[in-house]
Amino acid sequence: MTTESLNTSGRGKKWLWFHRFGSPAWVYGFANRWAMPIGIVALLLFVVGLYQGLIVAPPDYQMGDSYRIIFIHVPSAWLSMFSYFVMAASAGIGLVWHIKVSDLVARSIAPLGAMFTFCALVTGSLWGKPTWGTYWVWDARLTSELVLLFLFIGYIALSNAIEDRRTASRASAVLALVGVINLPIIHFSVEWWNTLHQGSTVTKLGRPSIDTRMLIPLLIMFVAFNFYFLSAVLNRLRCELLSQERRTQWVREIVHG
Amino acid sequence: MNDQTVSTMSAMMALVRRDLIIAMRERGDMLQPVLFFIIVVSLFPLSVTPDKTLLMQAGPGIIWVAALLATLLALDGIFRPDHEDGTLEQLVLSPHPLSLLVLAKTLAHWLVTGLPLIIISPLLGMLMQLSGDAIIVLCGALILGTPALSLIGAVGVGLTVGIRKSGVLLSLVILPLYVPVLIFGAGAVQAAMVSLDPQPHLLLLASFSLFSLAFCPLASATALKISVN
Amino acid sequence: MSHPLNPFPSCRIEATQLACLRGFNSLFEGLSLTVSSGNTIHVTGANGSGKTSLLRILCGLSLAETGQINWNGNNIQSVSSEYRANLSYLGHKPALKPDLTAYENLVSAAATGNRALREADSTATEYLRLLGVVHTRDRLCRQLSAGQKQRIAVARVVMSDAPMWILDEPGTSLDTEGMELLSSLMRRHIERNGLIIFTSHHGFDLPIDRLDRICLDST
Repeated sequence: MTTESLNTSGRGKKWLWFHRFGSPAWVYGFANRWAMPIGIVALLLFVVGLYQGLIVAPPDYQMGDSYRIIFIHVPSAWLSMFSYFVMAASAGIGLVWHIKVSDLVARSIAPLGAMFTFCALVTGSLWGKPTWGTYWVWDARLTSELVLLFLFIGYIALSNAIEDRRTASRASAVLALVGVINLPIIHFSVEWWNTLHQGSTVTKLGRPSIDTRMLIPLLIMFVAFNFYFLSAVLNRLRCELLSQERRTQWVREIVHG
Repeated sequence: MNDQTVSTMSAMMALVRRDLIIAMRERGDMLQPVLFFIIVVSLFPLSVTPDKTLLMQAGPGIIWVAALLATLLALDGIFRPDHEDGTLEQLVLSPHPLSLLVLAKTLAHWLVTGLPLIIISPLLGMLMQLSGDAIIVLCGALILGTPALSLIGAVGVGLTVGIRKSGVLLSLVILPLYVPVLIFGAGAVQAAMVSLDPQPHLLLLASFSLFSLAFCPLASATALKISVN
Repeated sequence: MSHPLNPFPSCRIEATQLACLRGFNSLFEGLSLTVSSGNTIHVTGANGSGKTSLLRILCGLSLAETGQINWNGNNIQSVSSEYRANLSYLGHKPALKPDLTAYENLVSAAATGNRALREADSTATEYLRLLGVVHTRDRLCRQLSAGQKQRIAVARVVMSDAPMWILDEPGTSLDTEGMELLSSLMRRHIERNGLIIFTSHHGFDLPIDRLDRICLDST
């Protein structure tokens, strides 16, 4: 139904490629084709990156081996923020232009984003133990990550609490947009609070100069995480599409062979 | 064009008046957030310490957290009764811009729930051993900050008003967004306590409230249109 | 009754290919209807057939899954303010604040609707009289019976002076006299060139040539 209404409202041919993203069947095919290969690439990069990071890279002269957690922490922290922005953007597109696939992308991203945020928090506090002597320090970055986790949880809770799926998508899209506008302000306020209460003595995780042998595995892990994210989103999107479009002909054809 | 503006203004004024009349007829409900505010604050000395210096240090934060929770408690009243008796649908169907009607309702709600908190706050400041200057700054910070609490809260209620039991959900959705208000608001009072200039905090708080004033009514209106679906 | 009985300018609502889903089940699909000034549509169907959903979609309160609705040839999304100014909706709930009197309810509904406040002040009492509930004028609505509240809700619709009425079970809780009153008000509205879309389990005494029926059971 969506496909047809989108195609008939298409303005000129140059938008046709774009409208394919509004077609559940096409997106399903795309996700089906690419989720697996991208996942395999991510896995290979994980293996190489972890080997480089945990075995090849030298220990830090100050922190010893404990710094190695940055190979997990930094990509997680990046993806936690990135996924919130992508989620908000696609939820917003779904809200404004009534594109169902876009809503489903947002819905697929949310738990992944929450997972990355959680990962960043756990690895951050694990790193904190040998460095600061305690698992939790009210450091600006960790605090921002914590608030981000709350934002993800609020989004997920809201979209699960509303029964009607379309209403749920639209309402949680508004929340994601409000959150994404607020995120920089929250980040700034936490930084401001932190400098007032702790001074700028806290060592930062990513330091300005970094050894190439440490940088390379970090970059590899970074790419690996991004590929994993992409693959996982496509996978979840596949399931969401099948469930959402279960009444349509193309899903019946897939299910019944 | 001008006529339109005038009639929208009078619609907003009528809405504020309507909500204030209803609030006056249920005065008991109006007192509840204030009582809650007082009780929560007075629990802290009992649970933490009655020690004067420690209370002075923790006081601003405690008062702000309590104000935040009191606001949260009263928040549902902004749209939920209207949703239940059907007047919310009529507002959504009004030819006037819904965001402005929402703004009027938020104003009325703030007058009924936010303002009493500000009026009672000097008393709580005294209980928490704040200095005279700090109490003045506390009032100022509450005046600047509580509108943002109501405005952001209206978005949250707009999103959850269609859900039957939404109390905890509302706090999950709203509290993370309250972080800046809490930081700037409590920061201002703390700065005043140690004889630092609270002005930067107050200015940041004011700009956050203005920012909320610009965006939140639009977001609440969108949320309400979605929720009455 | 100082009501100006001048006719409304002619107008027309046209819905094409509406579909409505509830969960994953379709309530109706491919539904089209047109109503122009001076006509009524009676939407019928069994419980749960989507009558209320249809009326809410026509109001613009709910979004249809597919299809569009035009008001005088323009999509209601693009002329939403103008559309709502021409619309008066009576839902399942009478939309009265329990802590306001009947009079205050009418005045505030008129002020947030499309009437100027001053004008509303003088006429609210007349409409209460018209609906036979003038004695409830200064009583809080929480103390009134369901039928009295329904009459006040009807008064709100009539007072809105909108050419299009969308009424969801307007006869709920009304007694025989109230039903006759409502019928006569609806007839008067049609004579004034207004248009009405309503659902009802009761029949109304309306001119046959002005009345269409849509049954949602067939699909």
